[in-house]
Amino acid sequence: MILLDLILILLTGGLLAWITGKWSSILPRIISFIAIAIDLLLTLSIFLKQEGFGHTAWLINYRTNWIPSFGISLHLALDGLSLLLLLLTFFLGLLSVLISWKEIRERVGFFHFNILWILAGIAGVFLSMDLFLFYFFWELMLVPMYFLIGIWGHENRTYASYKFFLYTQASGLLMFLSILALYFIHGRNTGIFTFDYQELLGTSMSAPIAFLLMLGFLAAFLVKLPIVPLHNWLPDAHTEAPTAGSVILAGLMLKTGAYGLLRFVIPLFPEASVRFAPAGMILGVIGILYGAKLAFAQTDLKRLVAYTSVSHMGFVMLGVFAFNTIAYQGVVMQIIAHAISTGALFILVGQLQERIHTRDLNLMGGLWKQTPVMGAMGLIFAMASLGLPGLANFVAEFLILTGTFRANILMTCLASIGLVAATIYSLRIVQKVFLGKEATVWKMKDLSIREKIVCGSLVIVVFWLGLFPQPVINTAKPSVIKTLNSIEQVSINQNTNPIP
Amino acid sequence: MTLLLALIPILPLFGFLVLSIFGGRLPWKVVATIGTGSVGLSALLTLIIGTVFLSLPSPDGVYAVNLWEWINTGGLTANISFRLDALSLVFIFVVTFVGFLIHVYSVEFMKGDEGFSRFFAYMNLFVFSMLVLVLADNLLLLYLGWEGVGLCSYLLIGFWYKEPANGYAARKAFIITRVGDTAMIIGLFLLFINLGTLNINELMQQASLKWAMGSPLALLTAALLLGGAVGKSAQLPLQTWLPDAMAGPSPVSALIHAATMVTAGVYLIARTHVLFALAPAVQTAVAVIGALTLLLAGFSALTQHDLKRILAYSTISQIGYMFLALGVGAWSAAIFHFMVHAFFKALLFLAGGAVILLLHEEHDIFKMGGLRKKMPVIFWTFLIGSASLAALPLITAGFYSKDQILWFAWSASNGSPWLWAAGFVGAFLTSLYTFRMVFITFFGETKTEPDHQPGKLIVIPIVILAVFSLLAGFIELPGSMGSFHLFSDVLNTLLPSVILSHENVSEIVFQVLASVISLSGIYLAYVLYLKKPALAGSFNKSRISNFFYSGWGFDRVYDIVFVKPVVWLADIDKNDFIDLFSKGIAMVTIFFNKALSLMQNGKVRWAVMALAIGIVFILTIMMNL
Repeated sequence: MILLDLILILLTGGLLAWITGKWSSILPRIISFIAIAIDLLLTLSIFLKQEGFGHTAWLINYRTNWIPSFGISLHLALDGLSLLLLLLTFFLGLLSVLISWKEIRERVGFFHFNILWILAGIAGVFLSMDLFLFYFFWELMLVPMYFLIGIWGHENRTYASYKFFLYTQASGLLMFLSILALYFIHGRNTGIFTFDYQELLGTSMSAPIAFLLMLGFLAAFLVKLPIVPLHNWLPDAHTEAPTAGSVILAGLMLKTGAYGLLRFVIPLFPEASVRFAPAGMILGVIGILYGAKLAFAQTDLKRLVAYTSVSHMGFVMLGVFAFNTIAYQGVVMQIIAHAISTGALFILVGQLQERIHTRDLNLMGGLWKQTPVMGAMGLIFAMASLGLPGLANFVAEFLILTGTFRANILMTCLASIGLVAATIYSLRIVQKVFLGKEATVWKMKDLSIREKIVCGSLVIVVFWLGLFPQPVINTAKPSVIKTLNSIEQVSINQNTNPIP
Repeated sequence: MTLLLALIPILPLFGFLVLSIFGGRLPWKVVATIGTGSVGLSALLTLIIGTVFLSLPSPDGVYAVNLWEWINTGGLTANISFRLDALSLVFIFVVTFVGFLIHVYSVEFMKGDEGFSRFFAYMNLFVFSMLVLVLADNLLLLYLGWEGVGLCSYLLIGFWYKEPANGYAARKAFIITRVGDTAMIIGLFLLFINLGTLNINELMQQASLKWAMGSPLALLTAALLLGGAVGKSAQLPLQTWLPDAMAGPSPVSALIHAATMVTAGVYLIARTHVLFALAPAVQTAVAVIGALTLLLAGFSALTQHDLKRILAYSTISQIGYMFLALGVGAWSAAIFHFMVHAFFKALLFLAGGAVILLLHEEHDIFKMGGLRKKMPVIFWTFLIGSASLAALPLITAGFYSKDQILWFAWSASNGSPWLWAAGFVGAFLTSLYTFRMVFITFFGETKTEPDHQPGKLIVIPIVILAVFSLLAGFIELPGSMGSFHLFSDVLNTLLPSVILSHENVSEIVFQVLASVISLSGIYLAYVLYLKKPALAGSFNKSRISNFFYSGWGFDRVYDIVFVKPVVWLADIDKNDFIDLFSKGIAMVTIFFNKALSLMQNGKVRWAVMALAIGIVFILTIMMNL
């Protein structure tokens, strides 16, 4: 029941924020803050007591009928992976409210309604164990995000919001077709027509069909992740969105793609995944290198940061198709680390834009003198982004590459070039913004207390994960093992029933 | 005792945290006290622990402390734990002790700089990272320190950030060393996947158990680690960043780019010497890289005008000697030269920095001259440092450490006359460029007047280092001169001693040769730069001199081969050609939209014609069915 409550709190909070927004601009902020804070505390209490839940497949499993005639149920379940992602969602959600405190001044109520409903959609995606419900939440997070970009975005917002909507909607439909096909195949095989994830696991079907259905799922997840060449919505959406939108996009929405790969693609289609693995790894490497190259070329700071996401998510793709524990722990860590560090960079860009009303790198430079605190923050997150040991991203990338090395040495070595590329673009950020001569003389204030709290908490998390990653690794462990079991099953089957 | 060991790196870390959080609001004296005090306490602790370590050796020759479990998954474990043995003891001694002296010097050197507290924060962070690097018990933690010192190097080269050139030099250093680091981390993957651990001690045991001499895996991993080492230690072919790194304040050059960080590669190779011994081809490559680098950098040092760039090339060259020693298996000779070099090169940078400071940021030695009388203390200490660098026989520490390397380059079983010859020519070059610098700077006529004399905080560290540059040699005397082996006896508990092949050759012959070459270099410098400067002048204008001056054209080649193509690639595809695909779909859609909306023009004849065509079309299909 608590899982449903987590989502309902956000949905109700969103409605309340919208309604109260008619009278006041402060009430929606407070309501949103409280709603997300409650969720964060609830999840945190689960995280701290996770040993008490025993070592079953799920920490919490909640199921009730929704549309029984079609085999659709309200099935929500929580394991270590979803627990970590929920923590991340509510943590970044809370920060999103805080960073919009001054930035958003128009239609405050509706803005917060959108934020909370996106978060509800994302939380639903991380919890749904019924494919229909999953698709429902998948779409739920889409529409408010479209509004967020389209209404509160920057200059080119209309174009960006359409592009975002069309890319995700089209790819989502392909996934829905795959879900329906899976539903009917399973129904025909067993006579039980159900959308339930547990039931659909291990549905037997011919290899080409499985591959085709997997591609449907992949379409949705790889667009979200995103993977080159399906990434073109991202730079526009990230650049044009308001800061909170960019943070949620980079920190959470991309992660639904990564989560989808781990939760659905591999367990539902293990054999097809194994066949796809070489291509998947190549796509990952292309993403890492091409994303880094594009990031290096940008002069719009926000667009630069957006392209670094493409590069970092390439590591996720690479790790997912390495199929081993170390790589998967790295993927989980990368999901969290990238959310924190890139979210933080977007927040810094937002703070800069609030002060100097531009994102053009050629107009910045030498800002360290006026804003040393902001400069130090920028430095820390640039270092996180280039994978400096001691910070979260290093743990992630090191684990991914170590795991991948076992699977494919060539791809690992190519991906490692990404570490040099990340150094080049990250140092360029620091240099162009904070160091060197002042291209334009701006008069600006350093971070306010509210901004220091936001950035400071991100700094603490990025160091904490970099130096004490073990609690996260332990929490994710059962989920990682569960996902890998489906792959091991494949190799066992192949060993016992060799293809004649 | 083991907890005290953990305090050695923790104290500078604490200093960094306090300075970086509150530094801007503290008065400069408090900042100076915290900055130097934290390193000073570390140095004191090192002395205490070192004394106990040497007088009451633990059974396994190691003090270890495990702080916490860092990463543990899928068979991969790495802890935050420190391990002190003879090798790391030498390094932490140099890092904390020389580090402390340089911090004291910096208080006066950096006084009045608006980034005073930022400077000490970075310096403390550097000392912390360097201590982690040399105390780490596993390669992953070592890598943390390794990247940490790289970061501090970047931050301190670009310390005066308003000058874009400094930022460029800083990024160049970070990116080039990162290329080496990437090779190194791939080496780590390879080691872990094949040997199942990252703990250095276990790795070395496993490697000697599982890998045969010269096996491909041993060769590959050793080569990859060597990649990291040449990046950090500015050896061929990744040496180009170090001369530019001189953009940082002089104390930074002394601490990071002479005494400690740049020798991290030497440490890494010595630390994993088992692996290199299993890969003879790579070990030979280490020696050859060292030999080539020391010559190449020696020639470049001969043509520089900037005092600090001379010293930078000299550092590259001297680390070349250390690599040469490592390559022939003279492990403890390399470490000995590291220690002695740390003393005299830190001394030269600090004294040189004082000269530059007193002459209002004048770097060009040809605009100095005659400073012997103007700043006598600086002159005498600089002279001692130079004598040590030039390996002036008998009285300087540099003689004993370099002589040892030259001797082993010939006599060790891995050695060869060629390696010796390179070192021998290098020794001549060294004393030539060193005394060229001394004569031009301190003799002749005065060209720039110093405006004040250095204060106590600058003089005292320099004098202490000068004493060490003279006396440190006496803890390790060659077989022909009393055969006193205090230093190598301690290190040989850990590092194997040299296997000699030419026992029959008399060591004394080599010492005489080394002495002669050192003195003749000094004499030639005297002739060329004091007696008959016209001779040197004609050389300066030659093309070969320009070639040496530019560092053998490496920068130009790298610019054409790497930098330009990357920038070109970034520029031509700034807007991401893949985006044309989605734009294309949008254009096609708009085209059909326009085309179709043309038909909806409300004219009856258009409608009737469309209707007629439609009917004909349907009828045709139906008839064909």
